[in-house]
Amino acid sequence: MTASIATSQAILVVGGGISGMTAALEAAECGKQVILAEKTPTLGGRTALLYRYFPKMCHPTCGMEINLRRLKGNRSVRVMTMTEVLAVSGRRGDYTVTLKISPRYVTENCTGCGDCAKAVDTEIDNPFEYGLAKTKAAYLPHAMAYPQRFVLDASIAGTAEGEKAKAACKYDAIDLEMKEETVEIKVGAVIWATGWKPYDAAKIQPYGYDRFANVITSLEFERLADPHGPTGGKILRPSDGKEAKNVAFIQCAGSRDENHLRHCSRICCMASLKQTQYVREAFGETGQSTVYYIDIRAIDRFEDFYQMVQKDATVSFVKSKVAKIVQDKDANPVLHGVDTEGYHRYATTHDLVVLAVGMEPEANGIKLPDDMLIDSSGFIEGCKGSAEDEGMFGAGAASSPLDVNRSVQSATAAALRAIKVIHQTARTEKV
Amino acid sequence: MADNKFAAYVCSGCGLGDKLDIKTLEKIATKEGKMQVVKSHPFLCNAEGVQMINDDIANEAVTHVCIAACSRRSKTEAFHFPTVAMSRANLREGVLWVVAEGEAHDEVRQEMADDYVRMGCAELKKMKLPAGNPDKAQSKRVLVVGGGMSGMTAAFEAAEAGYETLLVEKQAQLGGWAAKLWKRAPFKAPYAEPQETGLAELAAKVSSHPLIKVHLNSSLAETGGAPGRFTVKIAQESGTVSEETVGSIVQATGFTTYDIAKLPELGGGQANVVDQAGLEAMAIAADGKAIKRADGKEIKSVTFLQCAGQRDESGTHLAYCSGHCCATSIKQAMYFKDANPDIDTVIVYQDLRVPGMGEDFYRSAQEKGVIFSKGKASGVAGSGDRTKVSFRDLILDEETSIDTDLVVLATGQVPSAGVELDAWVQASTEADGGSADAKQKVIEIQKHSVLNLTYRQGPDIPQFKYGFADSHFICFPYETRRTGIYAAGPVRRPMDMLQATEDATGAALKAIQAVENASLGRAAHPRSGDLSFPQVRLEGCTQCKRCTVECPFGAIDEDEKRFPVFNEQRCRRCGTCMGACPVRVISFENYSVDTVGSQIKAVDMPDEFSERPRILILACENDAYPALDMAGLSRTVYSAFVRIIPVRCLGSVNTIWITDALNSGFDGVMMMGCKKGDDYQCHFVKGSELAHYRMSKIGDTLSQLGLEPERVVTQEVAITDNQRVVTLINDYVAQIVDLGMSPMKGFN
Repeated sequence: MTASIATSQAILVVGGGISGMTAALEAAECGKQVILAEKTPTLGGRTALLYRYFPKMCHPTCGMEINLRRLKGNRSVRVMTMTEVLAVSGRRGDYTVTLKISPRYVTENCTGCGDCAKAVDTEIDNPFEYGLAKTKAAYLPHAMAYPQRFVLDASIAGTAEGEKAKAACKYDAIDLEMKEETVEIKVGAVIWATGWKPYDAAKIQPYGYDRFANVITSLEFERLADPHGPTGGKILRPSDGKEAKNVAFIQCAGSRDENHLRHCSRICCMASLKQTQYVREAFGETGQSTVYYIDIRAIDRFEDFYQMVQKDATVSFVKSKVAKIVQDKDANPVLHGVDTEGYHRYATTHDLVVLAVGMEPEANGIKLPDDMLIDSSGFIEGCKGSAEDEGMFGAGAASSPLDVNRSVQSATAAALRAIKVIHQTARTEKV
Repeated sequence: MADNKFAAYVCSGCGLGDKLDIKTLEKIATKEGKMQVVKSHPFLCNAEGVQMINDDIANEAVTHVCIAACSRRSKTEAFHFPTVAMSRANLREGVLWVVAEGEAHDEVRQEMADDYVRMGCAELKKMKLPAGNPDKAQSKRVLVVGGGMSGMTAAFEAAEAGYETLLVEKQAQLGGWAAKLWKRAPFKAPYAEPQETGLAELAAKVSSHPLIKVHLNSSLAETGGAPGRFTVKIAQESGTVSEETVGSIVQATGFTTYDIAKLPELGGGQANVVDQAGLEAMAIAADGKAIKRADGKEIKSVTFLQCAGQRDESGTHLAYCSGHCCATSIKQAMYFKDANPDIDTVIVYQDLRVPGMGEDFYRSAQEKGVIFSKGKASGVAGSGDRTKVSFRDLILDEETSIDTDLVVLATGQVPSAGVELDAWVQASTEADGGSADAKQKVIEIQKHSVLNLTYRQGPDIPQFKYGFADSHFICFPYETRRTGIYAAGPVRRPMDMLQATEDATGAALKAIQAVENASLGRAAHPRSGDLSFPQVRLEGCTQCKRCTVECPFGAIDEDEKRFPVFNEQRCRRCGTCMGACPVRVISFENYSVDTVGSQIKAVDMPDEFSERPRILILACENDAYPALDMAGLSRTVYSAFVRIIPVRCLGSVNTIWITDALNSGFDGVMMMGCKKGDDYQCHFVKGSELAHYRMSKIGDTLSQLGLEPERVVTQEVAITDNQRVVTLINDYVAQIVDLGMSPMKGFN
């Protein structure tokens, strides 16, 4: 990679998901220097953990491959993984950012051969499978991971297991002495593309996410459907590994609810409609999906997709906010509530319940600079003060609950805003 | 110019040295590959290995480098030698990780590796380092077509970033539809009240910006050229035409509202039935006071009917949802409630669609007393002063009705995207055939054009479903099929003002990027930064027009003699033209009929008694090749009889490669490309489809050679198919084994 960039002409992008990668690449392809800081060991973010995108049912890794190729071919982006922002000071055009780099214990010497993983016995919950599977404590995050470099989990760094990994590496790529580092960089503009996290489903008490094995989140369901996932793409329910042919999707799980998330998370209706087609893909006519919803927000051209799913005989819709879930003796979830179209009560048994969990800004809980403006749900609106003071911008799902297409639009717009800062402050300096 | 010097570097790391005879590979590179420098290294991608290569480039004047190590997708930071041409022989993901373990497989494993080294060297021999397009175009001005919210935003943002901008607006003033709004929905917290549109301020900023030149009462009479050097004729209503050069174009031509007269079943045409735009006009006329009806009467009740002429499955009206209308009706109901809380406002909806923070706006309306009723309207009938709205109440599951003073129909957005190209192409083809009617038809169609492009493939950017000038890609929303021309705002997909603002800002970025790329002679997305470009030997050209017709990006025009005219900056470097050319006169410096053909011919062909068939796989580098790599990453074993060559796109596959392969004794050829059809995943739009089409025509060639049709197959492969590609390969190899060895073996 290029030498360190220490100029206020550079743009810092925080977050290496689809929005961050897009913002970084779009700016870099305009000739700008970009630092792309990602908290986890790999770029790709949440979209890399999705099986398919709506409405085309195409694969997120396809676009990621293109973005990675753009990145590999562009020397203006400096990628820093396992890196978090500790503090930002300064002003538009002249920020000082303190970054914390956590130890990966694996250097650039890593060839990705995998000998360290073979040598290590310790297993950890796989953070890239939402804990649905285990992985070795020396691991490559996933098949599309970039950098394509292994990581040693911190838990084995000072142990005999760590030594085993080191001994197995023929390329001297494991450095158990690696320490957390703090670095300061100078940048002209900052794009916060910190993305989102699923709302903690356990907080929706009546749904029993924390009590019932067969109540899972929509994100976990993506992993079940993905051939790269823990079940090799088979839709098997957690309690007994049985095929889950009768699947309930509960919309607005945590969203549109003043006790949880005030906002509508926008993507969940389309995500569930998409996931009904995973059930069909897996089981054909013998699969059965039921969508419990308030409004189906298949906005603009997504209407086509909704109409297609409505015509699918394996999918039915119930307009209802599910009141509660109980579990029968066979660990089947039973849904209770009132169908508001005609007002009748139901108690329906399913094999598996998928909660269409809401999007919470990942930055909730991260300390953002004081002059950032956030809304009541924690989404980044921009900077306080007038447009002339703005040098930090939200992008993608950090700025609003957005789907991928809109996130990319937003990230591209954020790249322009950042470039504007660089050009305008450069001009001021010339004067 | 200095002489070429070819070098091959064989890595023995990652276990390659344990399972492969590296000395043999080196010998092959020297003897057969004719490499002048051949070295091996136990850890080629580390600093020392890379230094060795850099030293040879610096001190030994090496100009061409073949890296025989891991996949071309791996270790790209280490193997980065921008001053030399480079090929990669994939020994790790392509051989070591996919060939079964054990001594029994040593021989086939080595044969596979030997071939990949032969192929890497053969490819390299035919490669040149791309020098970049000499015809670098230098205009960095941005042209924005359309002066509504989207267009003004795009122009302002581009200008604020320091780029000179031209803004062309058909009307006498800026503003578009947004100027006809009384208020807009809120963009920021607390999402509770309608906001000033800010349109007048934006129009003033645009008009007075030193870098923006506004052309009112104007349209584009002609647009020609390419990114960095578009020549546009701007025609004023008065008849004056001025010519300008611009580097890129943003098309923000917006929408029209769906004609309310087409909705008589919902009262379209009745006196007290208006659309949302009509209500905005009434609100502007009221200027903050109580909104009056056209007959001057005070309004005590108003009913909004959502999805009027939208989400229509019958095919009569719009099939899609326009996205903004729920929030717009909420805002308009507030116009009434804010003026007088006693006015009854009812919104009849099927699904209330206010995503994101729109939910707070919805709550605010509920607090103001706006009634939301889930229902589907069945009729609107005026009788005297009152209008009766009948609808099915979907909650109570019964027919019901409301008497109201005013009905507002939430009609949809119809994109103003210009000419639908299929109709244009059909008419022009007929016109070329001499039909006078068709000639007139072309003239009629052309009147609706926005850009009036002089492109061979038609005057506007292609449209997708429902006439939107949208991109088809989820990850790359700005990619239109006309390089350097970006659609923004509701012309692209239905959207609200906030989204249009974001969209226009993003489009401004893309426009800036396009001029920067053009000025350096680089490709735009998805092969961003690629300096290669198509070169044509015109003396061999037969003017067959296949390249000009098949280019997915309309990059190639025709001159008077029907020779192709390549506009390099419009080109996306997919190679579809190269695949199309029957006389093989089109090539790229580092990707040509020869670079692939020579690899095919370099494969060592066992004789027909060896029981070792050879299968050629041409794999799309975007999806199929990564899937094959990932099969390797998960150590999934596949047949060692295949030889895989990555291609830029299946559209670039020239049928000569297939005949070359069969003539060389390959027993089968499999092509792996992206999904085609309506939901295509081909990054070059039509490449995969064209390949399927071309291969469907290859039967004649096969029968002339006395070969079975099964010897050439085409498969659609997704990037997640790392398991499926293995099955495809193994099944195909089994099929070929059953079929028997190619009778062509031994003729060479």
